[in-house]
Amino acid sequence: MVNFLKYKIIYFLISLTVIGVGLFSTLRWGFRFSIDFVGGTNLEYQPERNVSKQEVKKVLEKEKIDFSYLSIRNKNIFLRTKPLNDKKINDLKKALERQLKTKLITIRSETVGPWVSGDNLKKTVIACFLAVLGILVYMSFAFRGFNYALAAILAMIHDFLVVLGIYSLISYFFGAEVDTLFITAVLTTMSFSVHDTIVIFDKIREYLQNEEEKDIEYFANRALTETMVRSFNNSMTIVFMLLALVLLGGLTIRFFALTLLIGTITGTYSSPFVATPILVWLEKRKK
Amino acid sequence: MRPLKLFFLILISLLIIWINLPENLRINFKILNQKVDFIINPLKIDTEIFGWKIKKEFKTHLGLDLKGGSHLVFEADTSKIKSEDLEDALNSARDIIEKRVNFFGVSEPQIQTLKSSGKYLISVDLAGITDVSSAIKLIGQTAQLSFKEEMPTKDQKEATETPIFLRLNKDTGLTGKHVKKASLTFDPQTGKPQVALSFTEDGGKIFAKITERNVGKPVAIYLDQFLLSAPVVQQKIEEGNAVITGNFTIDEAKKLAIAINSGALPMPMKLIEQKNIGPTLGEEEVRKSVYAGVVGLSLVILFMILYYKKLGAIAALALLIYGALSLAIFRSIPVVLTLPGVAGFILSIGMAVDSNILIFERIKEELREGKSFEVAFNLGFGRAIDAIKDANITTLIVSFILFNPLNWEFLPQFGMVRGFALTLGIGVATSLFTGVIITKRLIKFFYKLK
Repeated sequence: MVNFLKYKIIYFLISLTVIGVGLFSTLRWGFRFSIDFVGGTNLEYQPERNVSKQEVKKVLEKEKIDFSYLSIRNKNIFLRTKPLNDKKINDLKKALERQLKTKLITIRSETVGPWVSGDNLKKTVIACFLAVLGILVYMSFAFRGFNYALAAILAMIHDFLVVLGIYSLISYFFGAEVDTLFITAVLTTMSFSVHDTIVIFDKIREYLQNEEEKDIEYFANRALTETMVRSFNNSMTIVFMLLALVLLGGLTIRFFALTLLIGTITGTYSSPFVATPILVWLEKRKK
Repeated sequence: MRPLKLFFLILISLLIIWINLPENLRINFKILNQKVDFIINPLKIDTEIFGWKIKKEFKTHLGLDLKGGSHLVFEADTSKIKSEDLEDALNSARDIIEKRVNFFGVSEPQIQTLKSSGKYLISVDLAGITDVSSAIKLIGQTAQLSFKEEMPTKDQKEATETPIFLRLNKDTGLTGKHVKKASLTFDPQTGKPQVALSFTEDGGKIFAKITERNVGKPVAIYLDQFLLSAPVVQQKIEEGNAVITGNFTIDEAKKLAIAINSGALPMPMKLIEQKNIGPTLGEEEVRKSVYAGVVGLSLVILFMILYYKKLGAIAALALLIYGALSLAIFRSIPVVLTLPGVAGFILSIGMAVDSNILIFERIKEELREGKSFEVAFNLGFGRAIDAIKDANITTLIVSFILFNPLNWEFLPQFGMVRGFALTLGIGVATSLFTGVIITKRLIKFFYKLK
């Protein structure tokens, strides 16, 4: 048996560092929200000739288009503006074609009105709270103890913060946006995190029921020793799937798969090294 | 195994394989000088049993983000609609949009009415449409009621042989503008529902002239491009009233009346959201992701076999059965697969493998204590079940809430999150079955346990 809990201060420091860096990045640079959540129009045009950012900018300023993002990648023009209606989008395209003297092919044209976007975010947050509540209630019953549920949820929040923080870094350095796919990845992480934690807690519960009264810390260490291989193996299978998706999958899901990968790693890490120490601490405090 | 049980097992397996067959795959080869050439397609049911029409095609439905297309959301301006008519009006708007979209030649358009923060929305998903501007125009266009009469023609033969809707193509100048009110009435003779029109003063005069010159001939009534009915005029009608008969249900007649009354959609619509995904982008993305998925799955299977040897091979087999079963369920319901949906499925694969790893680790544990394989197997299964049950039930709770089955307004109603929750939920439920029951059977079979 390995005394995993002896090093809890180290786990705490690791988590603190990762979350700290993430929070710093979140506060310092924030996120780039997709139009799903802040509203706006995304346009991508493929011009026939190479155009420069300056040229496009001049046209936009002349047409009085309020844009928040403009870049040229692989020849294509990427543009983000306040929500535009269909007619304005058409006018803009014509103006660009005329003044840049080139034909444009529309690759992408997306518009989300401002209030739809806020609504989406609000509803997702409500759904998450309900899901957390559901987990709390179910686990409290299944484990006959609120502490188990609380520890699992705290570990889940830990994973949420880790994913959020690291994504803010990715957002800053690689231009990833917070979109519905990101929300899905966060949800996936959260359900995986609880799933993983329950497996360890189940072991502890089994020892408590079947063996004579001993220190919870002893049982926790034993449970960790016995589930460590399983936790690692299980995560490896998911990591294989996701790594393949990150390295070989399509471009639109690359950030998505990457977020899931981070979520899987932190979800696996948090079960033995965050949830279990918290549970032991909570149970000891009770006495 | 008892023969009857075996028979059912084979039957179900064949059915699942049939449902999962690839679409439009051409098989073409030569064997023993016999040419074999046919096209494989998944199961298709189109039959009638005891008057119940059953029609079902088992094929994979891809979401817009995977196959390309447009997603449009309209906000309905309901300020001028009385609250008791609201639902009817929204539904009729939905139906009108559906008719127009069908006219555009879109297969399986997804049209939904939603309520969100007190606003009424209609979302329209058009697969494979890249020319969004014309789609938007078509949807936003006003539904016009029009009356058409026979084109004067000298050639008597041509006049009788062309189908009626081709002959009736001369505009009479009478349109929905001239309709004062349309209402649902019933035919006094047959009791069938019909739509009664009363014209404005101008409209009544035009209508009188039309009926006068067309006595004994049909006059067609169109809504948009759709022929509603083409009654034969019996006599000149001067009261400024007309009736549209047809094989309407009460509901249809009511909706038609609403549509005509507004002259267009029952209410003005404003486009508030639009997204298009190019088909080439979607196709390329799917191809890459499927390839990545296959590579990933192979790695998982390889890992399981290397680490758990024979047990791992059995788990891999159970995993393949799991994949086939899930695909069959996705095709049967049918589930529209989107990118988040695929994520939910990948997560559920992970959880399916997890059930097996949990069981195997338990078996190994018992084996280390020196028990025989059979005892270790039984104990391992019994003890792992608790953890598997609790872990999977929490996931099911989460997916249930995210899927929002009752379509509550305060929970997500948009496709992405729900698509994720649906595949995750189905995947986890299926994995409970294959990861536990099927694996158990397979181990018993391959280890010759009783």
